[in-house]
Amino acid sequence: MSGPSTYQPQSRFLQWLEKRLPIGGLIHSSFVTYPTPRNLNYWWTFGGILSFMLGVQIITGIVLAMHYTPHVDMAFNSVEGIMRDVNYGWLLRYVHANGASMFFLAAYIHMFRGMYYGSYKEPREVLWILGVILLLLMIATGFMGYVLVWGQMSFWAATVITNLFSAIPGVGEAIVTWLWGGYAVGNPTLNRFYSLHYLLPFVIAGVVVLHVWALHVVGQNNPAGIEPRSGKDTVPFTPYATVKDSFMLACFCIVFAWFVFYVPNFLGHADNYIPANPAVTPSEIVPEWYYLPFYAILRSIPNKLLGVIALFSSIAILAFLPWLDTSRVRSARYRPLYRQFFWLFVIASVGLGWLGSKPPEGIYVIISRIFTFYYFAYFLIILPLLGIFEKTRPLPNSISESVLGEMGPRGA
Amino acid sequence: MTTVSSAAHTRRDFLYIATAAVGAVGAAATLVPLISQMNPDASTIAAGAPVEIDLAPIADGQIIKVFWRSKPIFIFHRTKKEIDEAKNVDVNSLPDPATDAERTKPGHEQWLVVIGICTHLGCIPLAHQGEYDGWFCPCHGSQYDTAGRIRKGPAPKNLYLPPYAFLSDTKIRIG
Repeated sequence: MSGPSTYQPQSRFLQWLEKRLPIGGLIHSSFVTYPTPRNLNYWWTFGGILSFMLGVQIITGIVLAMHYTPHVDMAFNSVEGIMRDVNYGWLLRYVHANGASMFFLAAYIHMFRGMYYGSYKEPREVLWILGVILLLLMIATGFMGYVLVWGQMSFWAATVITNLFSAIPGVGEAIVTWLWGGYAVGNPTLNRFYSLHYLLPFVIAGVVVLHVWALHVVGQNNPAGIEPRSGKDTVPFTPYATVKDSFMLACFCIVFAWFVFYVPNFLGHADNYIPANPAVTPSEIVPEWYYLPFYAILRSIPNKLLGVIALFSSIAILAFLPWLDTSRVRSARYRPLYRQFFWLFVIASVGLGWLGSKPPEGIYVIISRIFTFYYFAYFLIILPLLGIFEKTRPLPNSISESVLGEMGPRGA
Repeated sequence: MTTVSSAAHTRRDFLYIATAAVGAVGAAATLVPLISQMNPDASTIAAGAPVEIDLAPIADGQIIKVFWRSKPIFIFHRTKKEIDEAKNVDVNSLPDPATDAERTKPGHEQWLVVIGICTHLGCIPLAHQGEYDGWFCPCHGSQYDTAGRIRKGPAPKNLYLPPYAFLSDTKIRIG
């Protein structure tokens, strides 16, 4: 999208540097003059928020690692030491723990926005798939970080999640032993999870670079779901997107700070303040809230192998979304039927999250099965057929027309 | 500068293929230690040696929990009623069919020795709970009977049997 750089370094040093490493020009063309559609709304600010959250998690995580001990006899106490003894340790840990929740919250909003406005459609398939890979990496990283605390929920989450692989016929048990480095979750498991929990955020950062790169090749989608056709349809990234992103980030940080300072344990589970005990399973095992929809899908299927397949499929299916949605119209604004199915999908996803926290019995199981069916039917039945049968509304001729009406710009 | 026809085989082609072949074998060989290091190490395996358990103090109807290879092992001293319950079941109606005799040692029917890990996703079931007087798993609701067989819930298999032998009437060795 961005043409030849118009960057003119002012200082002698920057001119000298630009001839040797044109990094100033890269930043200038990517984040200053980069053209963004003029009709972007606040749902487009969550990419920036996610980048910020990744930074928060890496910085607080590196600091926490200076005080944490990855050993089964010391891990829990070292976390309590961070909470009680380390200067501002309580703050750093609460920011890190609630930061994970905020990270997932922003990611889910970001994904729902992409689905509502059809941001995954041609030519943004690779951009979308990189996003699905980022989600998978986030899930793995968040899970392993939760285990490090080595409370009861940590230990039994590690046991249940690693046991998912025992469902694989034949080699399942061998794979689980290999993952554990022993005959049960133990010290080798904790050690390797610590190593990988430190590594994966940097892998995420690398994939984020690819994600942003892919974004800057194809350009942003927008609420109208049509490509910019002229200079009237776009505005420069700075100041327009910069200030919009920054404002929303500040609002998001207020919510974040409210959790950290007022209800830091609201999103956690009290049982994780009990040290891990390999001899006793807590009476109810619940994952962190951001995994609950997938957990509900696992539990709604009364067969171990099929349940595990459904769990992994519910994430993997997202990668095929660009081809499952057969409609040529991107934005739900111009797809009256799609819009209704989309909101039902949101209700099913959030509902599965609620059901994942309930005991797997009675009416909860029945509703879980209905929502799980809808979750998969949305991708495999509704979206492919809707593209054929839906009568879409007429698209505007241009982004500026969709914003300013058919009269065209009136001194915008 | 001479141009070489792509069809002709040159010494460079040979070097290219030979280097790639050696490189591929080398890369595969490098994976062996990188993957193998994650399996249980020597000390973990050594700590998994057999353990001997004295059964004398275990009262009728009592279930004790011991650890072997970091896994909880349930040792269940079954009462006459509990043995009968396990025997009076139509084996073919079970999700994972097994007779009570297959789950115990001949002459020691009062002793049930099973690995105390739910075959669903690895939680530890609670003893003397559920509808079948055996175990109930708090995680996802699997229920086991007095022979440790799965009767209800998402677990696919009966509780696994560890390798064990009776050294005398009141002593077993697990492992």
